[in-house]
This record gives sequence, structure tokens and C-alpha cells, in this order.
Amino acid sequence: MIDYLTLKFIWWLLVGVLLVGFAIMDGHDMGVGTLLPFVGKTDAERRVAINTVGPHWDGNQVWFITGGGAIFAAWPLVYATAFSGFYWAMLAVLWALFFRPVGFDYRSKIANPTWRSTWDWGLFVGGFVPPLIFGVAFGNLLQGVPFHFDDTLRPYYTGSFWALLNPFALLCGVVSSAMITAHGGHYLMLRSEGEIFERTRLGALACGIVALVCFVGAGFWVQALPGHVITGGADAAALPNPLDKTVALVAGGWLHNFKNMPLLWSVPALGIAGLFMGGLMAWVRRPGLAFIASSLAMTGIIGTAGIAMFPFIMPSSSDPASGLTAWDAVSSHFTLGLMFGATVIFMPLIIFYTSWAYKVMAGKVTLDFIRANDKKAY
Amino acid sequence: MLTEELVDLSRLQFAVTAMYHFLFVPLTLGMAFILVIMESCYVLTGRQVYKDMTQFWGKLFGINFALGVTTGITMEFQFGTNWAYYSHYVGDIFGAPLAIEGLMAFFLESTFIGLFFFGWDRLSKQKHLLVTFLMAFGSNLSALWILIANGWMQDPVGSEFSYVTMRMELTDFWAVVFNPTAQAKFVHTVSAGYVTASVFVLAISSWYILKGRDLEFAKRSFRIAAAFGFASACSVIVLGDESGYTVTESQQTKLAAMEGMWETHAAPAPFTLFALPDDQNQKNRYAVEIPWAMGIIGTRSLDKEIPGIKEIEAENRERIASGAKAVLALETLRNRQAGAAAKEAALPVFEAHKADLGFGLLLKQYVDDLNQATPELIARAAADTIPKVAPMFWAFRLMVALGFAFFALFALALYYSLKDNFTEKTWLLRWAVWFIPMPWIACELGWFVAEYGRQPWTIYGVLPTHLSVSSLTPANIYGSLAGFVGFYTLLLGVEMYLMVKFARKGPSSLGTGRYGDVPFAAQAATVSPGTPAKNHPSDF
Repeated sequence: MIDYLTLKFIWWLLVGVLLVGFAIMDGHDMGVGTLLPFVGKTDAERRVAINTVGPHWDGNQVWFITGGGAIFAAWPLVYATAFSGFYWAMLAVLWALFFRPVGFDYRSKIANPTWRSTWDWGLFVGGFVPPLIFGVAFGNLLQGVPFHFDDTLRPYYTGSFWALLNPFALLCGVVSSAMITAHGGHYLMLRSEGEIFERTRLGALACGIVALVCFVGAGFWVQALPGHVITGGADAAALPNPLDKTVALVAGGWLHNFKNMPLLWSVPALGIAGLFMGGLMAWVRRPGLAFIASSLAMTGIIGTAGIAMFPFIMPSSSDPASGLTAWDAVSSHFTLGLMFGATVIFMPLIIFYTSWAYKVMAGKVTLDFIRANDKKAY
Repeated sequence: MLTEELVDLSRLQFAVTAMYHFLFVPLTLGMAFILVIMESCYVLTGRQVYKDMTQFWGKLFGINFALGVTTGITMEFQFGTNWAYYSHYVGDIFGAPLAIEGLMAFFLESTFIGLFFFGWDRLSKQKHLLVTFLMAFGSNLSALWILIANGWMQDPVGSEFSYVTMRMELTDFWAVVFNPTAQAKFVHTVSAGYVTASVFVLAISSWYILKGRDLEFAKRSFRIAAAFGFASACSVIVLGDESGYTVTESQQTKLAAMEGMWETHAAPAPFTLFALPDDQNQKNRYAVEIPWAMGIIGTRSLDKEIPGIKEIEAENRERIASGAKAVLALETLRNRQAGAAAKEAALPVFEAHKADLGFGLLLKQYVDDLNQATPELIARAAADTIPKVAPMFWAFRLMVALGFAFFALFALALYYSLKDNFTEKTWLLRWAVWFIPMPWIACELGWFVAEYGRQPWTIYGVLPTHLSVSSLTPANIYGSLAGFVGFYTLLLGVEMYLMVKFARKGPSSLGTGRYGDVPFAAQAATVSPGTPAKNHPSDF
């Protein structure tokens, strides 16, 4: 079996992979949901947009569910502390997501315009709110979250919901929302034509520019934030106990990983270059390349946030020693090994049959298709 | 901090969201396989009507599935939001099956459901059938992993407490997977899902036959539901009995409560058919008993005793006293201020009483410093280990009675299907129509018996419910509970509206032109003389 320290690091990478997978896969259908009311002017146009993701949104959403499950299994303390601490933010994500399954399936079952437009806005909420909140959550993680543990490792969150909506966190929310919407736009361009294509192109361009500007802005801002650094206590390979370390706050500390390993600057560079290329490819009407570029951009952006905090996952602002790291918030050696094995076996299978599903459904969704499949299509 | 109000509200919210979720799950589990059967008929015979059946029942399946997904997302995240300490304490074990469920099953089900609905024109017949099968397989595999997780809550095998990490840790994964409690629960639960879906199809088909419409479509659907339902009703009873047997082995308290067994009876114990359990005085009034039956069902022997409630409670009193020592030693071991000598002294005490740690934690509800635990408090905590008997006793009996009623319904439906005169048996058709809510009632009762019967534990014998909650304020939970109830009720209303609308429309909702607009006379030719033929399809 792989040694404990390596497995802890592998799981830090794997959770990153799941987050990136979620952003690329569920992100593109959420982006389509966000764009839906704006790029579809008529009912048939909206149905085109919805049916580009109709066969896939459910499978894509499992990236979110599995991400949650994997965090539960690999980082139980993060799952417990973050979800109970960010209680109302989590509920807002859940309740926004409620609109998606029913929105997709029920919308076109009744021909009433009010009914359909209500569900369209539901799909908008389901696409817009979760990425926004995830971005805000990352913005708060980078600033540290007010929580601590007692001796029995019971987490106590001492902040309020409204404090989460601070300027830096909102900026991160905009980055997240704009990059996901641009990415969804690239996908919608790939699967549509005519006026929807053109409107989406402009939307995706605008979102790409916003994401680029805000990501660079957040990058400068982050230098002013105190970073958390482990100064002593338990060894990284030790049995996990988050109370067994000392932590110092260092100005500009979130850049120290980049300073120690300059090669890592390629990750934020990938974010910037990806956003730029995504916009450029959308401009020259090459949606396939734009989609690949925005996928790489999100890999870079999520990677940047992760590397900045590494090994911290959830730093504590009120009791820094309680902060959760990739070394001390993890499951047992046995469980990490087991879950790694399960991921190695099933992830390639998932990618295989998901690709097959996209291949079967490939091609543009047209207005003619909607007219011909009035009863069958979403 | 962890007030009784907070704990009760958290429990209520979990119960409400789980019971809502379970309104949709059983139908999904069973319907998926009924769709496989219908589509297999289509692939084997090439007859259009079977494809129409797959698509029409698939439409109703989809309406139900959407809410199953909606309410399911909540379940995945609620452990973290509302049961944070539980998530920390057992995440090492409990998180694994949930994550594997996502990787192995939920991806499969959710990816292929898209192709099920949208792949008809893009896949060959055989490939589409494969897609439908993988969807059904995925949804049932999901149930397996969820019930492995749930089975571990009832019977926590393959794991050990570590005082260093202050949590339960996995020691034997296969023991968790092949936990007899989990396996028995899985087969019983999916069979219940198959019964639910069969009653659903049988009832709606019966209604079409009673109305004299879409007969060829309805009769074929009826026969498939009757055959599948009969097999499922048999298995739900047999496997329910298996479930009961494993309960006897591993969850004696639950068994004693659902059977209202106050005293340990000399083997073989009688089965109490009817009684009024009296929690106050710990006895049954007006009991009607079947001699020997309980001993035979529960232990499959004539000489093994099944412990009664009073005996279990007395035993638990001792375990709580022993567990209190484990808790005190653990607190020393965890105390950052305690000296090395004190910790060294505490370790052997902890190891000696570790097996009763969970029982010691029960006292935390009443007193924070367990040095102050009086014999009265210990007796009170021991009394808490017995769930209320009357609701368990009655919920279980009602569920079993419904199980046998389904068996009777399907046996008759299958018998008259084989004789091919079921369209004349209007009493049977009406019975089926009126029975449509019953499987849902039975499923919810079953859930209630399993989960309420586990109280006062979230992990039986390991972690008390009152310690498992998140450190939130009751106001938070009032708010979220109101949100969930409001949201779910609204969505349930929409779902029921669509379900009824499309069930009434029938296969004409497919827009194929083959149903509804077919002249009534052409259909009536195939109607048996006894069938009432008063409604025209155009009425809908």
C-alpha cells in the first residue's frame, strides 16, 4: 500500500481533479442555464439551448454529488466543518439546484408560456447561484473562516452568514460565475447555430473578459491577505489531529508556495492564457477550441486557489491552529487507500461512458429538431 | 449548547427530508426494471406497442425521477450541514460507501437516463435496451451502497474507535460491504421498490381497462405488472423475514420494541399478533399470541431465547456505568493540559471499557462531567435505550399486513392474467386502482421501523443521536426546516399534478397518433363483454 503521506497528497490532488471535473462538466450546463433567458428569445430558441444539455445535465451533476461524497470520505473534518459552518450558503446551493431536475424535465411538458418561463428562470437560478456561491466560498477560505474545535473535535463556527459576503469573496464569486458562464457559452456555441449562436458568442466573450479582469485583480488582492503557515507540531505523515500543530499568519503568505517553486506560476498563467484563448476562439467562431481553452482556464484558476493555500484547505481566522490541512483533516490510511483504489478503477470507466453518451448525442440542436420532436424533447 | 430542541429539530428535518426522498426512490427502483422488461419485449417481438409502453411509462418514470434527484441531493449534503459531529466521528467509514455510490452507481444511472430519453432515434434497438438496463442496474446499485451505509448505522461492523483521531475508523471494508444487516436491508428494500412500481403500473392499467380505453396497451402493461409484482411480493415477504432474522442477531432492542416483548420468554417465544403496548408499565394489554411463532421466525430454532426489553435495559445499565469510565479516561487522553503520567494511567482504563464507550456517551445528554453521573441518571439513560414500543409495534404490523395484501393482489392478478379473463374481474381492477397509495405507506412504515427503532443512536451502540448534531442554533433549523417543507411540498404538488395529468392522458401523450384518436369502435372489438365501456378516449 502507498504510504500515508503520499496518499494524503494524492487525495489533495484528487479532490482538485473532482472540482475541476465538476467545473468542466456540470459547469457547462450551469453556464447554459445562466445564459438561457438571455440568448433564447422565443420558446423554441430556449428549447434549443435546454436540449443541448438535456441528455447530459444529470450525469454532469453527479460530479457535484461525487465531489461531496469524496470530501466526506477523504476529508471528513472538512465536510463536517465547512458544510455546517457555511450552513445557509450550502442550503442556498441546494435549493438553487432543486430547480434543475424539475426545470429540465417539467418545463416543456405543458405548453403554457407562464409555466415555461417560470421554469426557465428556475434553470437560470440553478445555473447561476451554485458557481457564484462556490466562488464566494473560496474567497472566504482564502481569508480564513472563523471556527475552532473543542477537545473532542467538535467544530464550532462563530461567524455569520452575512460576513461571508465581503468584497474579496464577492470578487472571487464573480470570477467563478463568469468563467463558468463563459465556458457554458462555448459549449452552447458548439451545439447551436444562427441567432442563438451569435447571442451566445457575445455573452461568452463578455463573461470571459470579466473573468480575466477579476481573476488578475484577485491575484493582486491576495498578496495583501495574510497567509497561514504551519510552524510546528505534528509531522505531516502523522495520524491526523488538527489540534496538534502551531500556525502563524504571514503577510503575503499565500504566495510562498509560488515563491518556493517558481514552476508553479505556470498554473495561474494557464488560467490567464486559457481565458484569453477562450475569448479569442469565441471571437473567431471556433467553439470547440474555445471550450478546450476555458476548460484549461478553470483548471488553472481552481489550481491557483488550491496551491496558494496548500497544505491548508480550510484555514481558521479565529483560531489558526484549528485550521484544516491536507495532512490533518483526512481519513485513515486504510480509507484513503481504499478510496484511491475505487477512484482509479471507476474514474476511467466514467470518462469512457460519458464520452460515449456525448458522441451518441453529438451534433447541432436545431429549431427544426425542436419542431419535429415537440413531445419528446425537453 | 446541544439543547434538546436543537436535537429534536435536526431529527425532524432529517426525517422529513428522508421521507420525502423515499416517496420517489421506490418507484424509480422498480420502474426502471419494468421498463427493461417492456423494452426487452419490444426487442424480442419487434411490436410497436411495447416500444410505446416503454416510452409512456418512461415518461411517468421521468416525472418521478426528477424529484428523486432533487430530494436526493439534500441527503448527500445534510450529514455535513446538520450532523457535523456525526460526519466527523464516522466519516472514515460512512463516507466511503457514499462516495463509491457516486462513482460506481449514480454516474451510471444518471448518464444513461439521458440516453434512455433522448437516444431512441440514435441507437440501435439492442443498444438502447442496453442503455435502459444500465440505467436500471445503476439505480439499484445506488440503493446497494446507500443501504450498506445505512446497514452500518444499524450494525457497525468492521471498524474501531481511535482516541488519537477521536473517531471511528475502518478496519475491514468487506465486513461493512457484506454486513448481513446491510444485505438483508438491500434486498428487502429493492423488492419493496419493485412492488411499488408494479402496483403503480397495475393500478393505472386497471383504470384504463375499467374506462375501456387503450386496451391493448393497458392489458399488456397489466400482465407485466402482475407477473413482476407477484415475484416481487414473494421476495419482499421472504426477504423481509430474512431482515427480521438479522435484526434478531444484531439489533435486539429494535426487535424487542417492534414485537412488544417486555419479558424474556422461555424459548420458543410466542408471536404477539395484537396487543396494546403500555410503555409506562412495561407490559402489553389484550395480547393475542401465537405460541412458538416468534422464536421460530426470529432464531430459526426452538431453543434459543430472545431477550425481552427489561433484560436489555438492565444489561444496558451496566454498560452505561462501564462506558462512563471509558468516557472519563478518554477525556483525560484528549485533554491538552493533562500531564503524561495522567494519560498513561488513563490508557489501560480506556482500553478496558472501550467497548462500552458509546453507552457512556449516552449520559452526556444529562451531565457534562461524568464523575457526577448518579445511579438515577444511569437508570434514566438506560431507559432511553428502548425506543417507544407502541409506534414500533403498530408500524411494523401495518407494514407486514400490507405486504400480505400485495401478495394477494398480485397472486389474483397473475392468476386471472394466465386465465386471460382479468378484464372481466372489475372488482380486482378496482382493488388495484384503490390500492395505489398503499406501497408508499408500506415503504414509509418500513423506513420508520428501521430508523426510529435505532434511537437513541445514530450509530447503534456507538454514537448517541444527541451528540451527532451540528452546533447550530434552533432558529437556523426552524428556518431551514420551513424552507425544505415549503419547497418540497410545492414541488410534490407540481409532480402530482403532472403525474395525474399524464396518467389520465395515457399513451396518447406520446403524440404518435396511435392512441386516443383511434376510433372507439375499433378498440371495443377487443373488449370482453363484461367490461364497462362508457368513456370515450376523447374525454381526456
